[in-house]
Amino acid sequence: MPTVSMNVNGRQRSADIDPRTLLVQFLRENLRLTGTHVGCDTSQCGACVVQIDGEAVKACTVLALSCDGSNVLTIEGLANGNELHPMQEAFREHHGLQCGFCTPGMIMTAVDLVRRKGNNLDEKTIREELEGNLCRCTGYHNIVKAIAAGARNMASMPQSKAAE
Amino acid sequence: MGATGIGAAIPRKEDHRFVTGKGRYVDDINRPGQAYAFFLRSPHAHAKINSIDTKAAESAPGVVAVYTGDDIAADKVGGLICGWLIHSKDGSPMNAGPHPALAQGKVRYVGDHVAVVIADTLAQARDAAEKIEVDYEVLPAVVDLANAQSGTQIHDVAPNNVVYDWHLGDKAAVDKAFASAKHVTKLELVNNRLVPNPMEPRAAVGEYEEGTDSLVLYTTSQNPHVARLVLSAFIGLAPEHKFRVIAPDVGGGFGSKIFIYAEETVCVWAARKIRRPVKWNCDRTEAFLCDAHGRDHVTHAELATDADGKITALRVSTKANLGAYLSTFASSVPTYLYVPLLSGQYNIPAIYGEVMALYTNTAPVDAYRGAGRPEATFVIERIVEMAARELGMDPAEFRRKNFVTQFPHQTPVIMCYDTGDYDASLKKAQEIHDTAGFPSRKAQSESQGKLRGLGYSAYIEACGIAPSAAVGSLGAGVGLWESAEVRVNPIGTVEILTGSHSHGQGHETTFAQLVSDRLGIPIDNVSIVHGDTDKVQMGMGTYGSRSGAVGMSAIFKALEKVEAKAKKVAAHVLEAAEGDIEFKDGKFTVKGTDKNADWGTIALQAYIAHKFNGQELEPGLKESAFWDPTNFTFPAGVHICELEVDPATGLTTIEKWTAVDDFGNLINPMIVEGQVHGGIAQGVGQALLEGAIYNDEGQLITASFMDYCMPRAGDVPSYSVGMTTTPCPSNPLGIKGCGEAGAIASPPAVINALTNAVGHENLQMPATPERVWKAAQGARLRMAAE
Repeated sequence: MPTVSMNVNGRQRSADIDPRTLLVQFLRENLRLTGTHVGCDTSQCGACVVQIDGEAVKACTVLALSCDGSNVLTIEGLANGNELHPMQEAFREHHGLQCGFCTPGMIMTAVDLVRRKGNNLDEKTIREELEGNLCRCTGYHNIVKAIAAGARNMASMPQSKAAE
Repeated sequence: MGATGIGAAIPRKEDHRFVTGKGRYVDDINRPGQAYAFFLRSPHAHAKINSIDTKAAESAPGVVAVYTGDDIAADKVGGLICGWLIHSKDGSPMNAGPHPALAQGKVRYVGDHVAVVIADTLAQARDAAEKIEVDYEVLPAVVDLANAQSGTQIHDVAPNNVVYDWHLGDKAAVDKAFASAKHVTKLELVNNRLVPNPMEPRAAVGEYEEGTDSLVLYTTSQNPHVARLVLSAFIGLAPEHKFRVIAPDVGGGFGSKIFIYAEETVCVWAARKIRRPVKWNCDRTEAFLCDAHGRDHVTHAELATDADGKITALRVSTKANLGAYLSTFASSVPTYLYVPLLSGQYNIPAIYGEVMALYTNTAPVDAYRGAGRPEATFVIERIVEMAARELGMDPAEFRRKNFVTQFPHQTPVIMCYDTGDYDASLKKAQEIHDTAGFPSRKAQSESQGKLRGLGYSAYIEACGIAPSAAVGSLGAGVGLWESAEVRVNPIGTVEILTGSHSHGQGHETTFAQLVSDRLGIPIDNVSIVHGDTDKVQMGMGTYGSRSGAVGMSAIFKALEKVEAKAKKVAAHVLEAAEGDIEFKDGKFTVKGTDKNADWGTIALQAYIAHKFNGQELEPGLKESAFWDPTNFTFPAGVHICELEVDPATGLTTIEKWTAVDDFGNLINPMIVEGQVHGGIAQGVGQALLEGAIYNDEGQLITASFMDYCMPRAGDVPSYSVGMTTTPCPSNPLGIKGCGEAGAIASPPAVINALTNAVGHENLQMPATPERVWKAAQGARLRMAAE
């Protein structure tokens, strides 16, 4: 079995894996990082969104081997120690989650959205940009509010963290 | 109200683990030495199984075992059950066909369970399943209500595929009222078939502990105790004291995780056979094929009105598709959860409803958010809207004229509404929505070539399910009370053990708010324990918006007992008469003095037991209670949908949504509003986007998120949510329940708005752009001519 090696949440990790292993399986099963979820088989729901080299990617569509040498950030690596990332804090503050299953993917997508579109996000932009993330609980109302607030609060983050 | 007590809109305690990826769902659980199950499913909607050859699969790499229906039968594993017995008009019991966990001789829908392969890895199990050879003799299939009775018979016990032919109400009184009606409104409705689709697919890990000869099942359940009861008492896998069922964090349910399915049954049964834990995780297409679906009714309804515009009678005839097998509570949904709600918010002297439930070669249909009540609300709110239009009355005024205003109000279909103020909700909704400004907004839309419509839905539902004796008399196989245990630790922290189950509802916060409020202790000193049959003795679980009204009432009752016991301890500690002890804000005081002791001190003294005689007063501080409701609760409210249609494309855009709900007293308004938002989105999904479609051969052609249109963020608006309050008189907290209201209220609001926009009534759900475009062409021509 080939060996894959990547930096996940700041730690260098490697393993011998079946070549067909998806990134999401590698994270969940090899590394026991179970915050990245699988909600569908067709890259529609977005529960598995992580960042690869700073960009949001659905981890169910990527072979782990193709991430060899990459920097991967999952929901478990987003907070700064015990201090929540502003986007995590905003989801909590604005009740942007109910069952919590779509939440890691939503937050990872939202952080990427801020990277691409900046800190002042209007409702229309947020709704359009969430096209790849499904939530069945919240009706999206509070997710939209949370992302707008989280985006604003990310403006006051140190530049290095905000880039993540 | 304290800062964290009843009524405080505080953020949720459970959220920290969810936003950091530390939730613990069933698929996150792995047991040492576990094997993986993969189910071979029927590719045919209806077929006889002549033979199954598993030899090649058994010798494939990594395979531990392959089992079929013969193995289930040989082990005398009982079939899956339907727990509510409905009797037909003629008094005969419903025709319930056998429902084996693995097919025996016949498959009845695409996705039916034919065999299970258990292997060291999931990939090996999947690969080996392809080596199983099944000799099918394909039979004709029936897939929808139109042809359900036109051909092949699905179960031997059910001639013509009839499960039951049931009715409720006084037919003679209704016929008489119709004979003298001034006006009769008639309506044909389809309540479209839906797939619940919680974002977490179902999963199970079964485990056998050889040393104690006991079973453990981790499962995605809304009611782990009910799962244990059914798997133990009916399916017969192990007695309850040797069977632990754990439902940890569960990623949404919406009804679909109430039921006991084949997969978890097989996993836990197989774990004992192979002496290894067995894990199964559903993929999304399997969820589409095999999770119980919702709705699927075809209805003819007639409403009689008199010369004053008063409703005099309602007559409803419905056919309900229950799929290929009766799921756990399927039979109750189109009967007692449906017809008793047909009175809506209205004073209707006579109601008659008849329901024919039919088998088809499709996935089982059971409760989905609202369960029967959205179907009833769709009937009454569509026909009331239509009647108003036919009579040339304002739809809001027509409703107002017919509202129930005196309480209690006994409807002709079982329910006794305890309290409410329907006009208050309507008025408030109209104010928030600015319905007065609608004509000018409509003119504005028309000036841009768009059609604009406004639709009301004045819904009522029955929650707080339910008084045990009452549902027992209607055929329920279980009581619907709830249990609670309050364990006070020696340092005064509190654990609440509840039979309710949280899968998004936020019980860890709201239940702790009640305890914090009642005992005057910090909310962080309270933890909520649920979802484990080894910790919580018994419970009935979460569905039917019952956790607040029933689950919290049980906690309330147990807290009262704890307070009474603590006062006895405090009397000894403070050397006063028990009757002189007052308890407020976490402090015990001797009436009329400044002698006091705080909560923590008394908790400690209860366990140290130095200050009282342990023979006269038992040491410790722990109480439990069961709460059996005396009535259903009746949340009600008014939703207003305003939308714009582009007649050139058929695209519908919801411009404005107002919801005013009366849920009685609220524990956490933020969480309540969140429940409303989510419910509305599901209802908008039903009205505009979602539909489970089978082709004529019984293949589900909407079996992925690519094909089944789930509401996305861009499909729904922001919502304006308001409240009115008439506290529920039948429980100590005055709670009515809020979990399903949005999904119940919203579909008719959308369709009433759409039919208002396009100017005629012939528009079925889901109102896709194609359907809306067709419906809008008349209005488009009129607009062009003007």
